[in-house]
Amino acid sequence: MGAPWPEFVSEDARRILSADGGVENSVLRALQSIQETFGHVCDEAIELVTVVCNVSRAEVYGVFTFYTDLRATTPAPYLVRVCVAEACQAAGSAALVEALRSEMDLDVHARSRRGDVEVVPVYCLGNCALGPAALVNDQLVGRTTLSRIRGLMEESA
Amino acid sequence: MSHVATVYVPSDAAALSVGAEEVARRVAQEATARGLAVSVVRNGSRGALWLEPLVEVAVDRTRVGYGPVDPEDVTSLFDAGFLNGGEHPSRLGEVELHPWFAAQQRLTFARVGIVDPTSLADYEAHGGLVALRRALTMTPEEIVDEVTLSGLRGRGGAGFPAGIKWQTVLSTDSATKYVCCNADEGDSGTFADRMLMEGDPLTLIEGMVIAGLAVGASEGLIYIRSEYPHAVRSMRAAVALATESGVLGSDVLGSGRAFEVVVRVGAGSYVCGEETAMLESLEGKRGVVRSKPPLPALAGLFGRPTVVNNVLTLASVPWIVSHGASAYQALGTGRSRGTQVYQLAGNVARGGIVELAMGVTLSELVEGFGGATRSGRPMKCAQVGGPLGSYVPASAFNVRLDYESLLETGGMLGHGGVVLFDDRVDMARQARFAMAFCAEESCGKCTPCRIGSVRGVEVIDRIVAGERRDEQVALLRDLCDVMTNGSLCAMGGLTPLPVLSALEHFPADFGLDTAEGDGRGIGA
Repeated sequence: MGAPWPEFVSEDARRILSADGGVENSVLRALQSIQETFGHVCDEAIELVTVVCNVSRAEVYGVFTFYTDLRATTPAPYLVRVCVAEACQAAGSAALVEALRSEMDLDVHARSRRGDVEVVPVYCLGNCALGPAALVNDQLVGRTTLSRIRGLMEESA
Repeated sequence: MSHVATVYVPSDAAALSVGAEEVARRVAQEATARGLAVSVVRNGSRGALWLEPLVEVAVDRTRVGYGPVDPEDVTSLFDAGFLNGGEHPSRLGEVELHPWFAAQQRLTFARVGIVDPTSLADYEAHGGLVALRRALTMTPEEIVDEVTLSGLRGRGGAGFPAGIKWQTVLSTDSATKYVCCNADEGDSGTFADRMLMEGDPLTLIEGMVIAGLAVGASEGLIYIRSEYPHAVRSMRAAVALATESGVLGSDVLGSGRAFEVVVRVGAGSYVCGEETAMLESLEGKRGVVRSKPPLPALAGLFGRPTVVNNVLTLASVPWIVSHGASAYQALGTGRSRGTQVYQLAGNVARGGIVELAMGVTLSELVEGFGGATRSGRPMKCAQVGGPLGSYVPASAFNVRLDYESLLETGGMLGHGGVVLFDDRVDMARQARFAMAFCAEESCGKCTPCRIGSVRGVEVIDRIVAGERRDEQVALLRDLCDVMTNGSLCAMGGLTPLPVLSALEHFPADFGLDTAEGDGRGIGA
């Protein structure tokens, strides 16, 4: 880990970054562990990784913006990731996305106006023989329909 | 009643996606309610995904299958006496004898769907660790020779001979070497890596240890994409199990040799499936492609000699070492030896894993095994080899699926994925998607890929809109030529394959007069 912790690093943050061998000075793993705990990566976290990994702020920001998974805001309570890659296109993913958009009252950023659902297009979930595929939070769905997504959301509500 | 019935309900992510968890829960619940002793084993999936959830019951040393089983069917299964193989509308008979399985040659997938992935005893009972024990008696050169002689080529897509790669790493002096398993299976239409990691993770670990023994590496890393949370859990559990039982660690099976494996998770980047981008990502950096040379075999992870192989490549090694190179070499055609784990996906009636000796025709695969489209409509084309593979029109489904035959037709085998489309697909839209996907996922290092893909989307839009069509088609061809020959890696270099094959075979979808043709062929 090298340098001692600066003042602004909270106890929580120290604990996270010290776990698992201090994330071996990997910027990506440091950012991933922060996001796992807090749901997103804030500006302070970027500052923190800069110190922990002893690299420039630009480098940390570069890694942060490269990877689609890393995000600056916490996702909505229901994060629906819909596969829009070829195999699911062949099985009707475009219609599913359209149905989700209109039924769930999504705004341009694909977050519902009530703020409870966020729909994100992804490329391949590895369920290509049972498309269209979706991930509702961490639950994989095959032969996805709007009603199945609704059902899962009600179950976990 | 002293007899304990064994019921298998897959915990594979695809099976779970259509209700396997609820089926398993109800089986246990119903058994308790009826006072029956039932042990529920959570196996992987056998790969007949259209039959999932596929429930199996052990009856007289065979396994009788029922599928697809809806959670609502569980009560009626018990009523029908399924624990003794009783008759039921979903009864498939003895699973091994089902024609879809009986016609396959399962080597790499021999144990997937059969064993309990969390049990080392079950793994060993089905031939596990035989190869590793044999490898521990061999010299590194002997192991590398075995793999070279088998003819095994990289199953990730590039098809590079595995033995030659291993020989390079073995011959390079370094105190530290690595074995990196590429499990960043981002190609749409492919899921074999995921299913193997979920259904038989110990095979991959065994293959990695053997690779380590062969090249003199003691550290292995598995890079799994974040879209595969189930595979990550399964692989981590298997690494822990292998470490506890001495398969991994400082003293592999008491040999005094060391090998450790860690699991790393990606962060939603397709290009990180490119080997050098994956190494960058493993080092914690942006997944930007490296220029080659140096080859990763000489200077890979943290600058050390590194074996980078796909999951299926490494998972094929135990079979080769336990059965001998010649047994593997005996299968296949031309310079494509052994078996290929084909994956049938998209709009297909019977999708899943079909492992066969290299060289089956596309038609045998999508019509014979796949049963044509799920929608029941006519087949229009299939995309072979992932998002960077070409679209093959239904009229050319007699092509053989091996490295050379596909290359001759201007395509590639890639990771063995086949995505079937029916007649409703708009091929101009698919071509546009290929460019848009490349623009989205390009690492940005080289200009042909970063800029070319954006221009490609624009040009295709103009063609479809009918703006100076002939000029734009010429421009698209020129652009594809630059991308093919000027890109640093396969991302930009192969994106023209789906684009030009769509244009070649389906000009009408682009608003082009079919009679004018545009039959100049790919790369013209």
